[in-house]
Amino acid sequence: MNYDEIIPKKIRDIQPSGIRKFFDIAQHVPDVISLSIGEPDFKTPWTVRKEAINILERGKTAYTANSGLMQLRKSVCGYLHDFINTDYDPESEVIITVGGSEAIDLAVRALIEPGCEVLVPEPSFVCYSPIVRMMGGTPVPIVTKAEDKFRLTAQALKEKITDRTRMLVLPYPNNPTGAVMRKNDLESIAEVLRGTNIIVASDEIYAEMTYNGIKHVSIAEIDGMKERTLVISGFSKAYAMTGWRLGYIAGPQPIIKQMLKLHQYCIMSSPTVSQYAAIKAIEDCKPDVVHMVEEYDMRRRLCVKAFNDMGLECFEPEGAFYVFPCIKSTGMSSEEFCEKLVYDKKVAVVPGNAFGQSGEGFVRVSYAYSVQHLETAFSRIRDFLKEN
Amino acid sequence: MDKNKLLDLLRQNARLSNAEIAAMTGETEENVANGIKALEDEGYIIGYSAIIDEEKADDSGVTAVIELKITPIKDRGFDDLAHTIMEFDEVDSVYLMSGAYDLMVTISGTSLRNVALFVSERLAVLDGVLSTATHFILRRYKEKHHIFNEEKYDDRSMVSP
Ligand SMILES: Cc1ncc(COP(=O)(O)O)c(C=O)c1O
Repeated sequence: MNYDEIIPKKIRDIQPSGIRKFFDIAQHVPDVISLSIGEPDFKTPWTVRKEAINILERGKTAYTANSGLMQLRKSVCGYLHDFINTDYDPESEVIITVGGSEAIDLAVRALIEPGCEVLVPEPSFVCYSPIVRMMGGTPVPIVTKAEDKFRLTAQALKEKITDRTRMLVLPYPNNPTGAVMRKNDLESIAEVLRGTNIIVASDEIYAEMTYNGIKHVSIAEIDGMKERTLVISGFSKAYAMTGWRLGYIAGPQPIIKQMLKLHQYCIMSSPTVSQYAAIKAIEDCKPDVVHMVEEYDMRRRLCVKAFNDMGLECFEPEGAFYVFPCIKSTGMSSEEFCEKLVYDKKVAVVPGNAFGQSGEGFVRVSYAYSVQHLETAFSRIRDFLKEN
Repeated sequence: MDKNKLLDLLRQNARLSNAEIAAMTGETEENVANGIKALEDEGYIIGYSAIIDEEKADDSGVTAVIELKITPIKDRGFDDLAHTIMEFDEVDSVYLMSGAYDLMVTISGTSLRNVALFVSERLAVLDGVLSTATHFILRRYKEKHHIFNEEKYDDRSMVSP
């Protein structure tokens, strides 16, 4: 059977994630220590795990409402009210999804058709552009630069807007750079977008992880923006719940209503046990989040200093749990650097170009690891730099 | 620098270097060194020791927790007897407890027999000791947030989004 003939070109042409590609290399090197994992090293707080056990014991194993348990939607809306000062109606303006991942997928599928352009600031998380392409849309990268602290500027945005622009992905706090958009940055972006038909898909999955006393601001909070913003978030990062597969999307009722059909046909409802547990996470786990963020913060400082001391210039990230040091001084490309480092010193970091061409010259280092683990890896990288 | 932050870090890992602590907290190394010295001088930190898996280090050694009921002395309470007991080299720790007994003493020894003899010949006979109950530790699971025989296995896949 010629499978290529039966699999649409559009699907065959999708590139596997660059992170994945590097994983295949690193996987075959024995005793590698990794700095490449994009998920918390903490376990889900015990109260949440305990709640899931209770729910299982009580046999609550049926589907929920398509858009999720009402109680969870109410908790999410309460949380968004407190956290980003924005009110959503739990009946009609929020869907509980299978991770932030499904929320991103819904946003793109509900809004993008052939001919549409979607603006994607880069470097950024890997899934936006492939989904846009699957819908026949055109992803348009907007390069963000270290000298702008990897923030999206109004100028760069304006240059890429055309009459085909349907959506702007706003991936902050950013994976892989750790960049955060401040309120005044968002205000100038809003200034450009107000009065257009461009929808903002604001991926705020790392919103709880901000440092240096900076509090996350959502573009939905800015005047006139709520009606054109989809807030995407989830439980994976903030509550260390990656494997529970739970997130949400909140936005204008007419869009949510359309998305709910997609969600209903392809998911039915998000995992029930996870939904009950997530209520507990929102209600009881603020102290756990604070504790985890304090830990990340200490490691963040340690990483920034370590890389700068090694001579790999490292922008000080204000969010997420990654640092994004520049490796141009080694004369190697990102991929050369990462492959050589993994073969020579058995340390895995992710090449920056996996997050868009503008990530070339950088590598992503996750600090979702113990201090001891980080120190071991740093000393290997130091040796590597001496030898290269 | 922040006393509690410093204590927290050292509680987790007393072997962090001053340079590491400085980087993690955004302080200077000098501030960290001064902060630690002050904590030592003011008696917040009274010593440093490793958490050792004693079963591995000495598999014939034993540790017991002994509950003591004692008579308090007028004006002195339980302190006198506690001081006498802590003078014994065999004694690791002495705590005054609320509840069903008064002092909790932990003792390490080379054998069950030695520990039992120590209790009956040295502790039980002290003036003011009303009764003793000896409990031997059979297995250690967790101490000061460290887990014994923990599988250091990271079940996250090596590279993920
Ligand atoms: C920026 C960003 N958005 C979304 C996700 C998806 O997370 P999940 O589907 O686990 O909620 C990730 C995961 O790494 C991410 O880094």
